[in-house]
Amino acid sequence: MSEIPSNPEELRFQQTIDAEEKIEPRDWMPEKYRRNLIRQISQHAHSEVVGQLPEGNWITRAPTLRRKAILLAKVQDEAGHGLYLYSAAETLGIAREEMIDDLLSGKAKYASIFNYRALTWADVGAIGWLVDGAAIVNQISLCRTSYGPYARAMVRICKEESFHQRQGFEIMQTLCQGSPAQQAMAQDALDRWWWPTLMMFGPHDAESAHSQQSMRWKIKRQANDELRQKFVDQTVEQARHLGLTIPDPELEWNAERGHCDFGAIDWEEFQRVLAGNGPCNRARMAARRKAQDDGQWVREAMMAYAEKQRMREAGAAA
Amino acid sequence: MTSKHLPLWEVFVRSRRGLDHKHVGSLHAADPEQALQAARDTYTRRQEGVSLWIVRSSDIHASQADDEEAFFDPAEDKIYRHPTFYDIPDELKL
Repeated sequence: MSEIPSNPEELRFQQTIDAEEKIEPRDWMPEKYRRNLIRQISQHAHSEVVGQLPEGNWITRAPTLRRKAILLAKVQDEAGHGLYLYSAAETLGIAREEMIDDLLSGKAKYASIFNYRALTWADVGAIGWLVDGAAIVNQISLCRTSYGPYARAMVRICKEESFHQRQGFEIMQTLCQGSPAQQAMAQDALDRWWWPTLMMFGPHDAESAHSQQSMRWKIKRQANDELRQKFVDQTVEQARHLGLTIPDPELEWNAERGHCDFGAIDWEEFQRVLAGNGPCNRARMAARRKAQDDGQWVREAMMAYAEKQRMREAGAAA
Repeated sequence: MTSKHLPLWEVFVRSRRGLDHKHVGSLHAADPEQALQAARDTYTRRQEGVSLWIVRSSDIHASQADDEEAFFDPAEDKIYRHPTFYDIPDELKL
């Protein structure tokens, strides 16, 4: 709160935010606020879309028809969430094609968690339980973000996301009640997904490039470390219920803090995956590019068909 | 640009009979029929609605935020439009 905006428009803008009112698309806003939001919302949208890939791979391999129907609905939801978010970003004056170009050129980022492989069916459970669980913690906080269209998209997404986490937990629960081999599969999935999930909350706030300004503008409402702590605290009990061991020897309840202490995150791994060198970065981008290229003729045909209908109607009217 | 890309549509959903259609978001589609189908898939996957409207975004004309005061303030000093403005004894149930 140290800087006081000098121009009257910016002052009014900050007062609106401080009064917990929302900023709407046609309101005056600082250019940096607009750019910051476009970056964050489009990154969020790209994450939903790329996030379909690790699980989408398992739709044809789901163990039962029930699981298959559930996974199909979940992956379809992720596509829908991407669309809600692209719509919200578009209200800031950027075209969807531009955002997609930025993703495909590598200029825009997506959540680096989706560069990890889903190796076994237990990974589908772990993704729902942990990755969607972490996403919910973050997204609940974002329901109170200062930009109206983003906040409304978040509310809708949170409503739908809850089933994603629960179906994942249920997969883990079923495996944990199964044979020793199935239990081992569940433990292995937790071992591989735990640390990347903690990285989803982003760097420590002191080292986060965008945190401070985003908090002042209430784009972000809670600090990365605070959200990460919340996730750890609630997940420990769930892991215990499953009979699984979280792969962190330093994980321990701290009565004084009222929170769980946990070990140091390997930020080098985070940076490496973010820079494009995770297990699947290239495969993910190749899949997105192929989808974009393969869809080109469909988009063209849709436009041609609409044009033909228009001509026909114009002809009939004349 | 609009000729090359799929145009933008705004989506309104009536959640049940007796309620208004409410704006829920937007989407891209080539024509109204495709827009309706895409709106169903995008915004009503959980029985959120019984009716959909789609409107070309370019057909929406909005009041300007900058004109907010001049546009809406004239209503501000007409508090006599509200029933609470009038001093009437409570027991009369008026």
